[in-house]
Amino acid sequence: MISAGELKKSLVVSLWFAFLTFPIMVVRVDPVESTVLWRWHNMVYVIVGSFFLSIIFRYLLHRRDIQTSRKESGQSNPDQTLIHRWLSNTRSRTIIFVSLLAVALAFPHMPYLSSTYQVNIMTTALMYVVLGLGLNIVVGLAGLLDLGYVAFYAVGAYTYALLNYHFGLGFWVVLPIGGILAALFGIILGFPVLRLRGDYLAIVTLGFGEIIRLVLENWGDFSQGPSGISNISRPGFFGIDLTLDQAIIYIYYLMVLFVVVTIFFVNRLQDSRLGRAWIALREDEIACQAMGIDKMKTKLAAFSLGAFWAGIIGVVFAAKTTFINPASFTFLESAIILSIVVLGGMGSIIGVIFGALVLILLPEYLRALAEYRMLAFGAVLVLMMVFRPQGLIGSIRRVYTYTPTKKGTTS
Amino acid sequence: MEYFIELLLSGLTRGAIYALIALGYTMVYGIIGLINFAHGEIYMIGAFTSFIVATILSIYGFPLLAIIVLAGLAAVIWSASYGYTIEKIAYKPLRKAPRLSALISAIGMSIFLQNYVLLAQTSEFLPFPQLIPDFPFMEPIAHIVGSTDLVILVTTTIAMLILTVVIKYTKIGKAMRATSQDRTMAMLVGINVDRIISVTFIIGSSMAAIGGLLIASHIGQINFSIGFLAGIKAFTAAVLGGIGSVPGAVLGSVVLGLTESFATGYVSSDYEDVFAFSLLVLILIFKPSGLLGKVESQKV
Amino acid sequence: MNGRILEVVGLTMDFGGIRALNNVDLDVKQGEIVALIGPNGAGKTTFFNCITGLYRPTKGDIFLYRQGSSRASLKGMKPNRVTEVGLARTFQNIRLFPQMTVLENVMIGRHCRTSSTIFGALVRNTSTRMEEDSIIESSHRMLVKIGLTQYENEIAKNLPYGAQRRLEIARALATEPELLLLDEPAAGMNPQETSELVNLIQSIAAEGQSILLIEHDMKLVMNLSERIFVMDYGKKIAEGTPEQIRNNPTVIKAYLGEEVDA
Ligand SMILES: Nc1ncnc2c1ncn2[C@@H]1O[C@H](COP(=O)(O)OP(=O)(O)OP(=O)(O)O)[C@@H](O)[C@H]1O
Ligand SMILES: [Mg+2]
Repeated sequence: MISAGELKKSLVVSLWFAFLTFPIMVVRVDPVESTVLWRWHNMVYVIVGSFFLSIIFRYLLHRRDIQTSRKESGQSNPDQTLIHRWLSNTRSRTIIFVSLLAVALAFPHMPYLSSTYQVNIMTTALMYVVLGLGLNIVVGLAGLLDLGYVAFYAVGAYTYALLNYHFGLGFWVVLPIGGILAALFGIILGFPVLRLRGDYLAIVTLGFGEIIRLVLENWGDFSQGPSGISNISRPGFFGIDLTLDQAIIYIYYLMVLFVVVTIFFVNRLQDSRLGRAWIALREDEIACQAMGIDKMKTKLAAFSLGAFWAGIIGVVFAAKTTFINPASFTFLESAIILSIVVLGGMGSIIGVIFGALVLILLPEYLRALAEYRMLAFGAVLVLMMVFRPQGLIGSIRRVYTYTPTKKGTTS
Repeated sequence: MEYFIELLLSGLTRGAIYALIALGYTMVYGIIGLINFAHGEIYMIGAFTSFIVATILSIYGFPLLAIIVLAGLAAVIWSASYGYTIEKIAYKPLRKAPRLSALISAIGMSIFLQNYVLLAQTSEFLPFPQLIPDFPFMEPIAHIVGSTDLVILVTTTIAMLILTVVIKYTKIGKAMRATSQDRTMAMLVGINVDRIISVTFIIGSSMAAIGGLLIASHIGQINFSIGFLAGIKAFTAAVLGGIGSVPGAVLGSVVLGLTESFATGYVSSDYEDVFAFSLLVLILIFKPSGLLGKVESQKV
Repeated sequence: MNGRILEVVGLTMDFGGIRALNNVDLDVKQGEIVALIGPNGAGKTTFFNCITGLYRPTKGDIFLYRQGSSRASLKGMKPNRVTEVGLARTFQNIRLFPQMTVLENVMIGRHCRTSSTIFGALVRNTSTRMEEDSIIESSHRMLVKIGLTQYENEIAKNLPYGAQRRLEIARALATEPELLLLDEPAAGMNPQETSELVNLIQSIAAEGQSILLIEHDMKLVMNLSERIFVMDYGKKIAEGTPEQIRNNPTVIKAYLGEEVDA
């Protein structure tokens, strides 16, 4: 199956990589001690690793090209993997959701498995699920690449932190304020930038995200600068004081609730008049306008709704950690959320949930991998774009069908 | 007045460095319409390679001139190789894909390379050896302009001149211009487009490597994350000048360098990076075609 | 007899140094089929792009006379507003929503005639649900009318070429236009598809739909249209009935080398 020619090609590739990675992987200098460390074993890893990876890479590329050509000539639909077909069925989807929910509800009480530490990690993962679903509205449905999503998250977090610090406002009061303020920010930012072409929009949003972070870092009077704000109150529970453990479990359940509500709403949005307009906009902006859809209004709706969810989770984040500083809101955070959406599948609710759980939990549980977390996120973005741009679980959309009603059949 | 000249010169130096990086953005954008987000990392790898080579050589007691030449050569060779390789892995398979897919891939590549260097080397700041000596003839004006600044300005000017000659007068340069105007047409007249794209990445990456070496010895330390900010700023410069335009990239870089220098010198240095980002945002919103760029009209 | 529905006055469009449209006047009457013809690059598509708001004309004005209301100037309107006011178009190089189903494509056309909001989408109240049902139903009826029901749940990009062109027409009609603009609807069709298209256009027109179409197929143009405008190099060089155009020496000269038999 693998010809000699292929092996030779891979050999060349592995030698090339040995050369390419030589200075960075093999040499390690210490300029202070004036010592050089030669790590030749790394070169062996690189040669062996790139040899096999290049075979796999070319095989996958080859398979991808066959599939696209088959798709172009209209034969079969390779998107329809078994899982995809199974998930397209509303009933099996409901079953998954209900069982996932059951697991989620039972999780804090599972003996052996759960501890405060575990519950905390799960809460984080659920926060990323919601962030992913929020960004999914913007990137997945409306096709707007927002690289500054974390800015809205920061708006929510700082809204709560500051209102709590200065005025002692509680979590539940600030929760909607944080969301609405973030959405408002989305609208203000969206007005000038949403008419830009896709790649420029991406860079401008990145720029805005960084500006907000830098302002938070430098405007000490307002945000207390890089040292951040601490002692933020945890969410209140009908005026009862919770112990730390109870509070953690409480926030966990709140997040489960938020996830359920978010899924419910995002699902409704995507099957609505607005949701269809988003998808149409993503597919062809000009045709979309020619159909009478207001491009600006539609994009703004997506942008501000996405921001709203980020704001909400920002408030939760501040309440959960009780301490925030600008370092939590770097571009990398936006990139992580983007990886979640890209891995799971743009526009796919189940995909995004899956993506968040994999990308957040895997590094937590496989401690050995934790170091390679960001490396993996980068690789995920590249590999998904090259091999599976629709994500692991491609988007599953409602198929509108006409069913003649009594009124309809009489005509 | 002296302060003004000092700021002017430091602005020019900054601009020169930005220009070396911005050229890579603008050339790649001109040819394949992609914002090569990983370009800042190419620059960072150039800086790292020259750091490693220079340190080894100075440990073994090589003369300064040999160190400079060899470190620069190594930086160019490896950066160019990285540029060539990432194009093959992350962009070439996406040539027919939507623009945003390639951009996402580029972002992924950028994150990957940063963490690759972080893991293989270190997360600490490393002291970069001072490669450029203080020239005796610069003594009288040393408090205004350092020797490094001079070297940076001279090197950049030479690099620009070479690039201009290459693009204007050589066969490969003509092929590059043809490819950037109409790729399909270029292919039809027998230009090997794949090769031209590779060459573009190689040239752009080499320039970035020189920038990496110069800035590292100017500032005196490097780190795996220096590519991000430098990349964004150089991209800002490229957009400011009109992305796709080579003279534009140089002009934009000089304008950005001067703006930053004067703004931090006369206004406040706290918000140094905010200036650059704000400039980026403002240009993209109000004049996305930049100073020298062509207005792209969309045909329906 | 019938009142005017569209009136274009002195339309001029410059692209940098190129004058793609030069002082073009054109009008369409209620219920009429009018053709706009001319050699390649004459500026026909540019004319459509200008009156539908995709390009902003350098000079001139565009007026739409709607039933029961005074005339509205379309100049400077955004494309979506133009569609709302009553001009809908198809594109020379098909621009469907390729990943959406055929039914959904038409449903998008209903967007500007419906009104449910984010709130409605989230709450899914009775009026939103009723509106959704009516969108599906009217879109389905449109597919029946255009003869595309067999493809109703297919993904648009998988449709045969001719069907894609018809779907574009269906989608445009779904916006309930006062005037339908067709940019080379028969381009790339085989003779049989073309004759089906002629029937389709005739049946649409029979319901009183005013149509302005660009077409290179002279047989189709001569068969269908009541009046013809001819453009060359951005200028209008002739207008009149098919009979007049066929015998117009300027037109024949403009088309020299191209066949003008009908
Ligand atoms: N966005 C644009 N920018 C610059 N020039 C343009 C633009 N759109 C059209 N043109 C020019 O305007 C002229 C008219 O083009 P147009 O597409 O309107 O011709 P047409 O009559 O539709 O031709 P065809 O029959 O080939 O479709 C052409 O020279 C074209 O190059
Ligand atoms: Mg045309």
